[in-house]
Amino acid sequence: MELNTLTAHELIKLLAKGDISPIDICNNIIEAIEKKDKGLNAIVRFDKKKALQRCRSLKEQDESKALWGIPIFIKDNICVRDEATTCSSRILEGFRPPYNATAVNRLVKEGAVLMGKTNMDEFAFGSSTETSCYGTSRNPWDLDRIPGGSSGGSAVCVAADEAVFALGSDTGGSIRQPASLCGVVGLKPTYGRVSRYGLIAFASSLDQIGPITKDVEDAALLLGVISGHDDMDSTSLDMPVPDYKTVIAQDLKGLKIGIPKEYFIEGIDPEVKKAVLDAIHRIEGMGAICEDVSLPHTEFAVGVYYLLATAEASSNLARFDGIQYGPRSSQAKGVIDTYRKTRKSGFGDEAKRRIILGTFALSSGYYDAYYSMALKVRTLIKKDFEACFRKYDAIITPTSPTPAFRIGERTEDPLTMYLSDIFTISANLAGIPGISVPCGFTKSNLPIGLQILGRPFEEVTILKIAYNYEQDTQWHRKKPDAIS
Amino acid sequence: MRITKDTVKYVADLARIELAEKEIDHFTGQLDRILEYVHKLKKLDTSNLEPTSHVLDMKNVYREDEVKASLPVSDVVKNTASKQDNLFKVKKIIEA
Amino acid sequence: MTYEPVIGLEVHLQLKTKTKVFCGCSTDFGAPPNTQTCPVCLGFPGSLPVLNRQALRLSAKVAIALNCRITKKVRFDRKNYFYPDLPKAYQISQFNQPLSQHGYLPVPAGGKEKRVKIRRVHLEEDTGKLFHQEDFSLIDFNRSGTPLLEIVTEPDIGSPEEAYSYLTALKSILEYIDVSDCNMEEGSLRCDANISIRRAGSKELGVKVEVKNMNSFKAVKIALEYERKRHMALIEDGQDVVQETRLYDSVKNITKSMRSKEETHDYRYFPEPDLSPFDFEASFLEGIKTEIPELPGPKKERFVADYDLSEYDSACLVSDKNMADYFEKAVSLYKKPKEIANWLMGDISAYIKEGDLTIKGLGLKVEHLTGMLKIIDRGVISGKIAKTLLVEMIQTGKDPDLLVRQKGLEQISDEGELVKRIEEVLAENAKIVNDFKSGKENAIMALVGKVMAKTKGKAHPKKLNEILRKKLAT
Repeated sequence: MELNTLTAHELIKLLAKGDISPIDICNNIIEAIEKKDKGLNAIVRFDKKKALQRCRSLKEQDESKALWGIPIFIKDNICVRDEATTCSSRILEGFRPPYNATAVNRLVKEGAVLMGKTNMDEFAFGSSTETSCYGTSRNPWDLDRIPGGSSGGSAVCVAADEAVFALGSDTGGSIRQPASLCGVVGLKPTYGRVSRYGLIAFASSLDQIGPITKDVEDAALLLGVISGHDDMDSTSLDMPVPDYKTVIAQDLKGLKIGIPKEYFIEGIDPEVKKAVLDAIHRIEGMGAICEDVSLPHTEFAVGVYYLLATAEASSNLARFDGIQYGPRSSQAKGVIDTYRKTRKSGFGDEAKRRIILGTFALSSGYYDAYYSMALKVRTLIKKDFEACFRKYDAIITPTSPTPAFRIGERTEDPLTMYLSDIFTISANLAGIPGISVPCGFTKSNLPIGLQILGRPFEEVTILKIAYNYEQDTQWHRKKPDAIS
Repeated sequence: MRITKDTVKYVADLARIELAEKEIDHFTGQLDRILEYVHKLKKLDTSNLEPTSHVLDMKNVYREDEVKASLPVSDVVKNTASKQDNLFKVKKIIEA
Repeated sequence: MTYEPVIGLEVHLQLKTKTKVFCGCSTDFGAPPNTQTCPVCLGFPGSLPVLNRQALRLSAKVAIALNCRITKKVRFDRKNYFYPDLPKAYQISQFNQPLSQHGYLPVPAGGKEKRVKIRRVHLEEDTGKLFHQEDFSLIDFNRSGTPLLEIVTEPDIGSPEEAYSYLTALKSILEYIDVSDCNMEEGSLRCDANISIRRAGSKELGVKVEVKNMNSFKAVKIALEYERKRHMALIEDGQDVVQETRLYDSVKNITKSMRSKEETHDYRYFPEPDLSPFDFEASFLEGIKTEIPELPGPKKERFVADYDLSEYDSACLVSDKNMADYFEKAVSLYKKPKEIANWLMGDISAYIKEGDLTIKGLGLKVEHLTGMLKIIDRGVISGKIAKTLLVEMIQTGKDPDLLVRQKGLEQISDEGELVKRIEEVLAENAKIVNDFKSGKENAIMALVGKVMAKTKGKAHPKKLNEILRKKLAT
């Protein structure tokens, strides 16, 4: 049996029985990577000796440790002590943080085995993984297509069974959209649910770390481990963490679900629309009540996002100047010139574009017209959800308006790329949790994702709906055959 | 036009990123298109709205004034391209 | 046509917390470079700030002591600019909703009291330190993240002397509430000034010049005086004052233009997303208010009223809280406030100044001082001898009664003894006696001096005078 094709919860049972060992799992993973990753480019840093060493140094089987012996891959914007963490950017080449992200500490504490780092859009700026300085990752369902982004690498390695599960990050859809395009599960927690300490910041008021997994039960398991208050993060909420995996099998009877009409607009791929509507009917059949609702300010979300997120990013990325870490330009005439030249050669085009846009939105004379105005429209978007959630327990939408597009198809015009995020962005602006689960395939065998959004800190509800639907349809069992 | 070449040059300088002429041209066109799209937000009347800069309703998060261990100095300077006696070394600060 | 200077002062104060404002690194002075740093104060990617509650408390204390209005909903903002000592390329500061605004500080000005208006008091983080060499600079981030309080006045100060008085009064209050070491030489208190000149009585402000790099209160006064003269000279010459930043040169006592193109910084302030806002609960503020001791102003008024001291004496005593406390403790043991005040402001202050000490560091017990005063009252020693006794007490820490006995400092009041010594002096100094008898009144001082010398200063002055005059009269 190829252990790399199993889920974490299945492997935990086998480990508990003593049928397998962590090294067995690790070896299968190594084989898969050696066979497939040249073609997929999902993994940017992987040292097989180190990985095996980590398995060997695990102490005795410990059932109190939720993830004992299970390997995990980490998106390259999440700090792992003394391991290069580069955000797929040249400007952080060779940077080894002297600390772990809190989420990583929690994984290690529960016995997970850190395997390596996955590819991403540079600094999480993108929806396709094409802005990575390591080159794009490829969609395992069709190697000429993008896997989505920015957590493309994590989604690919999970979908292609190069990994059991992985961590990603989501600022405007960067977990949910690649999960949808690769046919796996991706969850963005409520803002403040998971500590951001050690996540290299893109947009501080929108970022969250979350799980990318093969099924909903694994997502619940991983979410439970990484969630919780952190003293090192002033924006992490001190709220108890439910035992997610024990509640996901509860039924959906009486749950009220809103279907926002603004998400079924022109421009949505007809196959996507059909798959999502079918899924909604299926969920109704399980006892949930689905009704049309309106989130009237949806059309403004992308505009708000590209002002707020880029403004925060321009400030968060100002520290990258080659002085304390990273490569430093040697041709400069003085220290300020060092900054200019280092940032010129270290940042890719999309990073430069966003930094300039963000700086512009904050600059004197434009602050009120752009940044300040965007903060106010954000209030309207948040209020749309608050109003909806007064009557409804969850909201269902497509995750992405289209399935995976071709590599290079949207790189000429940034705006078309930005519009890929149209269905995922609002959840980040409002701070609410969202999950994407597979809900079908197009005629050309490309995955389609269903997005379920919930009230703040009610991950339980969206996991429940996702789990029930998944178990009823079994879409997640289908594996890509583009790379065998 | 929502943004001009001169503005792009000025803003790039504010952000300390050196751009080639070609890049300035290219970016100006792209940014202009993006800002044109963003302009639809002007349709809305935001005069009576409170800005949302923090999405959580949290306040008063503190820590106590207790000393915690600092990083060993070797960890602090190990990533830098240039140092001297555990201090970060940079070129002269030349004012323009 | 008379002109008047208009001055505003911006003081940066390092707060006396054990740890930095957003992380748990120690704020101890003098550690080896980069040994008191962590990912947060280094601005490493992925790090996040968490506010030190004590820094906020001390800041609120200052704001209350300066009569400011505390903002209900306090927020932090990012101030974005690039400089090698600023690791995140932004400083977490306060812009839109600062800790407090609209306060005042009473300052003695021209014999009266003036309330210098304070525009704002807010909390922010300090930068690292740069060490400039010939071709390069070195950066130490130990100081990065130290809590800094910024206290900004309105352009409300009318002269360089008043600026000096403001700083002195401010330091006094800050020491009273014990929030900072307030040491300009060590850098825990820094001051930048703004000055412009306008026609006396006009409401408009002239062109403003910023002055930096002053490292003492005196330097501030000198620099501003220099600037005032420089502006006046330009105006009288029909020239314009250039708006710029100038640096004070402590060697030449002048200011120099920075000679760099003054960059108008666009700081792009926006709300700090990594820190939640702060809502001051009434109980929090009430608690802080109770910790504020009686401040110099009210204390001075009370001294004048309760102890019948002059304004001047009271002001001197209250300028240092420890001195004021010492005074009151002494008064509780010896009910002659004026006496005590004289000794504190005279010999004791002189000793402190000469040795660069403090009243606390002096180690002179209150009971010893009052004990000495009681001994003088009993006539055991003269006031003059007491000066010597004071020094002995300070240096040995011994009780005055013991020292008087050990050193044999008792006054000679015994008439017989005095008569003997006086007769000796008269016999030895016939010329001076003749001078006195022929009308030179002052000659008696010389004779008094000689008796004092013979008795090693211990002759009872009054008795000596009486007996001497009697003898000379015969």
